[in-house]
Amino acid sequence: MSNKSDQQSVNRRQFIGGTVAAVGALTIAPGVILHAATEDDKASSGASSEHRWGMVIDSNKCAEGCNACVDACNNEHGLEGHDRPETDAVWIRAVKLKDKQTGHVNRLVMMCQHCEHPPCVDVCPTNASFKRDDGIVLVDRHRCIGCRYCMMACPYKARSFVHEALSDQSVNAPRGKGCVESCTLCVHRVDAGVMQTACQEACEKEGHAAIIFGDLKDPNSEISRVLKSNNSVQIRADLELNTGVRYLNL
Amino acid sequence: MRSSLIINRYLIFLLAGFFIPAMQAFGESAYVTENSKAAYMDSCVAPTELMRRNHMDYLQHGRDDTVRDGVRGLKYSLSECIDCHASTDASGMGVSVASEGEFCQACHVYVAVSPACFQCHRTKPVGNTKGNSLGYHFDEHSHAGLDRETDHEQ
Repeated sequence: MSNKSDQQSVNRRQFIGGTVAAVGALTIAPGVILHAATEDDKASSGASSEHRWGMVIDSNKCAEGCNACVDACNNEHGLEGHDRPETDAVWIRAVKLKDKQTGHVNRLVMMCQHCEHPPCVDVCPTNASFKRDDGIVLVDRHRCIGCRYCMMACPYKARSFVHEALSDQSVNAPRGKGCVESCTLCVHRVDAGVMQTACQEACEKEGHAAIIFGDLKDPNSEISRVLKSNNSVQIRADLELNTGVRYLNL
Repeated sequence: MRSSLIINRYLIFLLAGFFIPAMQAFGESAYVTENSKAAYMDSCVAPTELMRRNHMDYLQHGRDDTVRDGVRGLKYSLSECIDCHASTDASGMGVSVASEGEFCQACHVYVAVSPACFQCHRTKPVGNTKGNSLGYHFDEHSHAGLDRETDHEQ
């Protein structure tokens, strides 16, 4: 037999040794196994509360007619519409605010605000909505039952529900029918050590640079310096959610 | 008495002659799919016997670490399963592991278990690229971002 066979060549001794060594597992009852992940098993140590990832969006720099960040987000996460705006997934959207008295128009992008006290997490019956140690608010699709309480609870209308069966999803964002989803602050990039979200990258490429992503807990980060030297606002600050996304010139 | 012993021996030989090819045929049907990376590798990330029996547990333990705690690059990763086990078609593009006769589907149909993984997870490698243990494909620009961040930390 050639080495193509995956059937052969594990004798009893190897099998038992392999079980103990490779898995590092402890059997405490029939069918119940405790796995102890060894340190070299992990390529990254994971989210840490030493960081809090956030974003600043400069409303003045957000250019009329530009949709680069939305397209980049859709592309990055494989979001495809069905020409049904009521139900298509939207992780980031451009919004216009008009002051009716003066006629002044503000333009900004709205997405999950990655609150410190997220209402979506409060209401989730299965703990599928959760906040990572580094402040990123996510949906664990392994637990999401699609009840959509979080969509009702979110004051920013930031979440979408997937109504259609999907195939060929992006590796960056596994997603499927029956789950709620929203902006992940490009968590796959953050975990890979790339400190730039897809929307920020696109905005910079367009030359607007209206979006700055960074660590709110690092006083030397660009985002912290911008926030320190400029007057920024949280949308619906009255709710005291302490959003991770803040706005300039709004 | 003696003749019945001889008949028994013949029977044993007959049965052996019948079963050994059958066992081999079963063994061959359990091959990894042709044209997949796994077909050219000695073993999976753990001994095959362990993977066969426990792969679902390995993946289930890892998924919470990855999704909820952001621990990436675990030893057992679904995207790596697909990277290695998806076969490639004539044009070198990956074939879905969940399509008829492919690695995941063939065995799961045999044991009548339907995995829920592929309602959400991608079933074929991206293009014909190799390696995506972090689930993120770096392009040139992103590499620049990574380098910049590394410099920043120094």
